[in-house]
Amino acid sequence: MLPNMASALHAGPTVSSEPLPLLELRGVTKRFLGVQALDKVDFDLRPGEVHALFGENGAGKSTIINIICGTFPADEGRYCFAGHEIVFRDARQARTMGVSPVFQDFSLIPELTVEQNLFLGREVVRGGLLDRRTMRTRASKIIADLGFELDPKAKVETLSRSHQQMVEITKALLTDLKVLVLDEPTASLTEAETRRLFELVSQLRASGVGIIYVSHRMAEIRRLADRITVLRDGRRIATVKADEVDDNELVQLMTGRPVGVLYPVICHRPAAATLEVRDLSLRNGAVREAAVTAHAGEITGIAGLVGCGKSELVRAIYGLEAIHRGEIRLDGALFHRPTPGAALKRGVCYFPSDRVAEGLALDRPIRENASMAALDLPTFSRAGFLRRASERRTVQALMERLNLRPVQIEPPVGRLSGGNRQKVVLARGIPRDTRIFLFDEPTVGIDVGAKVEVYEVMQHLLAEGMAIVLVSSDLAEVLALSNRLYVMHRARVVAELTGADINEATVLSHFFPGEAPPSGNAQPEAAQ
Amino acid sequence: MIRNSTWAPSRPERAFRIGVGEAGLLPIMVSLLIAVLVIFEPRFATVQNAINILRNASFLMIVAVGQMLVMIVGGLDMSIGATMALTSVASVLVMTAVAGALPDAPNLAILTGIAAGLGCGLAVGVINGLCVALMRVPPFMVTLGMASVVGGVALMLTSGVPVYGLPQPFIDEVGRALWLGLPTAFYVALAIVVGLALGLRFTRPGVRTLAVGGNRQAAAVSGVPTGVYLLGAYVACSLLAAVASLLLTAQIGSGQGAIGDQLTLESIAAAVIAGVSLRGGAGRPELVALGAIFLLVLTNAMDLMQVDSKIQSIWLGAFVVLAVVLEALGRGVSRRG
Repeated sequence: MLPNMASALHAGPTVSSEPLPLLELRGVTKRFLGVQALDKVDFDLRPGEVHALFGENGAGKSTIINIICGTFPADEGRYCFAGHEIVFRDARQARTMGVSPVFQDFSLIPELTVEQNLFLGREVVRGGLLDRRTMRTRASKIIADLGFELDPKAKVETLSRSHQQMVEITKALLTDLKVLVLDEPTASLTEAETRRLFELVSQLRASGVGIIYVSHRMAEIRRLADRITVLRDGRRIATVKADEVDDNELVQLMTGRPVGVLYPVICHRPAAATLEVRDLSLRNGAVREAAVTAHAGEITGIAGLVGCGKSELVRAIYGLEAIHRGEIRLDGALFHRPTPGAALKRGVCYFPSDRVAEGLALDRPIRENASMAALDLPTFSRAGFLRRASERRTVQALMERLNLRPVQIEPPVGRLSGGNRQKVVLARGIPRDTRIFLFDEPTVGIDVGAKVEVYEVMQHLLAEGMAIVLVSSDLAEVLALSNRLYVMHRARVVAELTGADINEATVLSHFFPGEAPPSGNAQPEAAQ
Repeated sequence: MIRNSTWAPSRPERAFRIGVGEAGLLPIMVSLLIAVLVIFEPRFATVQNAINILRNASFLMIVAVGQMLVMIVGGLDMSIGATMALTSVASVLVMTAVAGALPDAPNLAILTGIAAGLGCGLAVGVINGLCVALMRVPPFMVTLGMASVVGGVALMLTSGVPVYGLPQPFIDEVGRALWLGLPTAFYVALAIVVGLALGLRFTRPGVRTLAVGGNRQAAAVSGVPTGVYLLGAYVACSLLAAVASLLLTAQIGSGQGAIGDQLTLESIAAAVIAGVSLRGGAGRPELVALGAIFLLVLTNAMDLMQVDSKIQSIWLGAFVVLAVVLEALGRGVSRRG
């Protein structure tokens, strides 16, 4: 048991006057092949409350919810459900007892229809045959009750991420729900859908369901949570009442250090233009006649709505998209027919947004992933043979510099959390003589603490005179970090902003040309 | 704050997949092939030839829908041919032994022989299924290994020589009987295909089998005992192979260790051209049956044109590769689109 952090925090979850907890974890410990994922963690959930789990990547949030949902058992400690100690055999048993998770990677069958998915595992059967009419009626009713726009007959693989998530939530609600676990539920939802989800959470809370809410987003936690448990490095740091703690205290609890502002003050020293893109059009039409210039020593931001072509633009520079027309110049020299190999040799490195699909070999060690793009360098190989000792030394030093936690370079990357994975991807560009860094959504899916570390890396790179191109859908991020900001709209670059022009109103007016500048925190995705 | 979901890959649409979703290209290809043959090959459009094709297609249909079940749950059964061999040999040995001991009860001999054959199928299926479901061994390796084991046992039992001495009623009433001009095997295949087509769509085990293939983890989390359905698919596949083997044995009139040599590959071919995904989760028995007919019409055409059987084997193999490439291309194209 850890000491109280401040008077506002209470570490002991049970106080006699409060209702009996729905579920309770006591001293729960979990190790994965030597990595301590959870260390004697206590957690409890009462009926009718939203209990948020808050922490950096790798803090143990997903391990806790997986134990709660029966995905795997704890190594040590007790798990009490409805007052009885229990060991769930598997997720199925947990689900039948009313513990329903909505994970980020959905538990849906792509090839089946919405209604088949909803009733999977609890099909209505009459006379040996599926009672499709009853299931259709019940599916339609619950979807209508929730206010979702879902076609029960549609195949799940044809739905968007947000619609798939609606199916997932609907599915959880079809059971006799006692505990709902929401893992980053708004990651793929639009503003309107998010509002709908929040209403739903309020309704469920009012009806006595206990909700465990995992999110990186402070605003959501503020809005929904009754209590917040902060985790760091597998330990419970504190459990606090949401209305007794402010944002700064929370971030401090999470990171273990004071965080003044999220975005560092970046010192841009623009030098020569190292990357010039002229009249670039892609074969698939995702980018048309784009012109972009990036200078060494500054961050060049590219902002735009989903699908505007900003990601394709940098991917084309790295040779990942087929170019139709136009030219790319590196330090004034024409860069013909880009391929990733040629780009690396010319000092250009691209960091993909989808780190699972494009960035990392999940089953391979961190060491190999970090050195993957630089194996032809003398540091890593000589005469075609790998220099393992040198590789290990270099990567170890690199990962220490990038603050990988824990600093072990042999476990497979797949075991790392999102923020740590990003660090491994970052490590790849550094051993080479890379001068142009193309970041594609570098902070998507990683938490505040890891974000700060990514920004610190960028700061270092700038100080060493590198050029950084930052593609981001996080408007606040590109606004705060860019020295020069391009705005893209429907495959075209529609604005180049510098200095005081880099502000929210100006950028948004280019997001929605021809419309009145929308107010404050518009959610552009809804505009698709 | 703007956030999007482009980084999270969504499942590609499958507009280009042959045969899945909509019936796809296969019915058109079959019709075209038949039309061309009717016009250019006078020996094709005869009643006798049609019956021939349907009879031979029947055996393939039965094993191909079995193969489809295994493919739906994300596997591949390489042991179909060997299972057929063992079934054929074992059932004939049992039938002749019982008939020899009790010459007055030919029906008893036939029934015990059939039971022995189905027992062989059951045993192979259970071993395959347990290895895949419980031990999580890659299906390809398990079934390939089993193919060698089972085929070896069949050879051992017969020393590679066909086993004769089947009770005559088994040959006359099962193997070579015609109803409305069509062989028994055709009706059995029809019943199996229709039964499976309805079963996959309208029963709980059917939907769950598709679910296990679509995403095993998700199915497990949804409360589906995935191991049971995996095991079930392999057992069903081997049992269907045994059924096909018994029918074929009855038609040939002897137990043969080489009875299903071609059928492993052909069953995969029929399933793949019918759009059964190698990644699991999708498959339609009626299209697989059509795929079997397509292959048999193709073989028949090559026979009529006197194409060498070695060349035929090259065509068959090339066709399978082409079908798989087309499927992969379709996925790639739609992902980019």
